[in-house]
Amino acid sequence: MLAVHGLSKRFGGLWAVRDCSLTVAQGSITGLIGPNGAGKTTLFHLISGFYRPDRGRVEFAGRDITGLPPHRLFHLGLYRTFQIPRVFPEMTVVENLMLVPAGQAGERLWTTLLRPRLVSRQERALRARAEEVLDFTGLSEVATSPAGALSGGQKKLLELARALMASPKLVLLDEPGAGVNPTLMKRLAARIRELALTFGVTVFLIEHDMDLVMGLCDPVIVMSEGRVLTQGSPEQVRADPRVIDAYLGGQYAVA
Amino acid sequence: METVVGILNYLVFFAITACVYSVLTLGLNVQWGYTGLFNIGVAGFYAVGAYTSALVSGPPPGTLDWRMFGGWGLPFPIGFLSAGVVAALLALLLGWITIRLKEDYLAIASIGIAEVIRLLIKNEAWLTNGVWGLKNIPSPLFHPVQSGVEVFLAAHPQLPPWLAQLARGAYNWVYLAGLLAVVGMLYWVLERGLRSPWGRVLRAIRDDERAAAAQGKNVAAFKLQAFVLGSGIMGLAGSLYAHYARYLSVEKFEPFYGTFIVWVMLVAGGSGNNRGAILGAFLVWGLWAGTDFLTEYLPLSDVQASALRVVLVGLLLIGVLLLRPRGVVGEQRFVSRLFKA
Ligand SMILES: Nc1ncnc2c1ncn2[C@@H]1O[C@H](COP(=O)(O)OP(=O)(O)OP(=O)(O)O)[C@@H](O)[C@H]1O
Ligand SMILES: [Mg+2]
Repeated sequence: MLAVHGLSKRFGGLWAVRDCSLTVAQGSITGLIGPNGAGKTTLFHLISGFYRPDRGRVEFAGRDITGLPPHRLFHLGLYRTFQIPRVFPEMTVVENLMLVPAGQAGERLWTTLLRPRLVSRQERALRARAEEVLDFTGLSEVATSPAGALSGGQKKLLELARALMASPKLVLLDEPGAGVNPTLMKRLAARIRELALTFGVTVFLIEHDMDLVMGLCDPVIVMSEGRVLTQGSPEQVRADPRVIDAYLGGQYAVA
Repeated sequence: METVVGILNYLVFFAITACVYSVLTLGLNVQWGYTGLFNIGVAGFYAVGAYTSALVSGPPPGTLDWRMFGGWGLPFPIGFLSAGVVAALLALLLGWITIRLKEDYLAIASIGIAEVIRLLIKNEAWLTNGVWGLKNIPSPLFHPVQSGVEVFLAAHPQLPPWLAQLARGAYNWVYLAGLLAVVGMLYWVLERGLRSPWGRVLRAIRDDERAAAAQGKNVAAFKLQAFVLGSGIMGLAGSLYAHYARYLSVEKFEPFYGTFIVWVMLVAGGSGNNRGAILGAFLVWGLWAGTDFLTEYLPLSDVQASALRVVLVGLLLIGVLLLRPRGVVGEQRFVSRLFKA
């Protein structure tokens, strides 16, 4: 589904991602872990078109997507969320969701003006779908609040909710569980699993919460200093002394 | 009674100017209020619209006229629409070059183009009659209305003087009625266009461009649409001004009257809200006109008086923003309209 070949990105003198190669298999929930500053988020930015790689290639669904802008990748079925939530603060939560789906006729000004019935019909369907997603993520109560007024955890959920609205082929989730409370975390894990198993969405996710990663992901890829350190099943990774070393060097311990 | 009529006539004149400004603020609201585009060259698009309309609908070059081009005497509606189209084309060109770049570039380019246009108006006399200004721009329906008034006055010689005075000012009432209709229609179309998935994308871009791109929106294309639409509307405002004033000169398109005050109106009235944009135009123009009376009674030189007026407008803006940071009427929170018929 996704293949990254020798991807590199430099910030000044620092290689945030260096000669990184990995693949994500179709239908899998692949985890990406690594100490802070390992280059995980930068890798996501490179894959999703937010940064241009200095070197290397990205292939998605058998097609070279290196350097394509984010909005094009969205329409190819590649969706990404942000580690630090980027909601639309002045818009209501439900509008944040209704915005997402592709193929809205009302996004053309003249269609909006000349074919109000068509747009109205689509809007009602979108609203219904947004409400389902709100229900699932537990955001129904804040549906009509401005998204800027949400707590950090709620914004994180809104990021995930938008991913659900996008119905992508591959979704890159950057720390979906950060700041989300433990009860919700369980539901979140269940929903991500459902996304992969029932809807056939391939999931590639960064997470520091080891319980979530170990319970959900297979395989797990470990990054350190911009490169792939190792990869394997959760058990293999957990037992790998190099992984423990990398984390100890980076102040973290594998739970 | 005559003073009442005088005040009434003044109010009509005031409302006409405020309506023209409303059209400008509505245009700027599409760009800044909805999309976050920092256009600080409003005056440029306004001027382009005014001169386009004057050349398309105005009289041919006369003997004392330096102008050699234009003056095709076409009907007002054609001049009006050309004003919008030419301003929109200019925006398309400017936006095409700058909108993909960082946002500062649009600001710099827009203020730059406004200045270039001002200099062109001043110096290219073959086109604009330069500093002598464009004269005798026809007002739509002026002759029918005026001769109707003459006929009416001739038929009623016993009319009390105040009524005759009122009748003589009839044309301005007609123009105001037309303007109100234009503002009303524009408001309706914009509300419908903006409270829609299209407007939703614009607001998302305003809130966070990169996040909008992550939701699959072609940010540059939407920004360009908003920039072109807003500038086209500013061009229409230029036409509405030209055919009322009947005389165009470069001073009217200086940054203060053409850009700065429009921004004050939008921000004070309520950026992101079309009703706020219109309200702001009336409010700020009211204050501006009011300070004109005020400074007349103070022992000030002209320069001091106009400086004082600018300070007063600035104070109004600060006052509004302190009391109501989102303007007198802020953005509405839930604006996706489901077009429930
Ligand atoms: N825009 C940028 N400019 C300069 N340096 C950057 C930039 N973005 C990231 N870096 C640096 O690149 C390195 C990798 O950062 P990145 O955000 O990819 O790490 P990460 O693995 O996502 O870490 P975390 O787990 O803390 O989110 C870090 O040293 C970071 O400081
Ligand atoms: Mg990160």
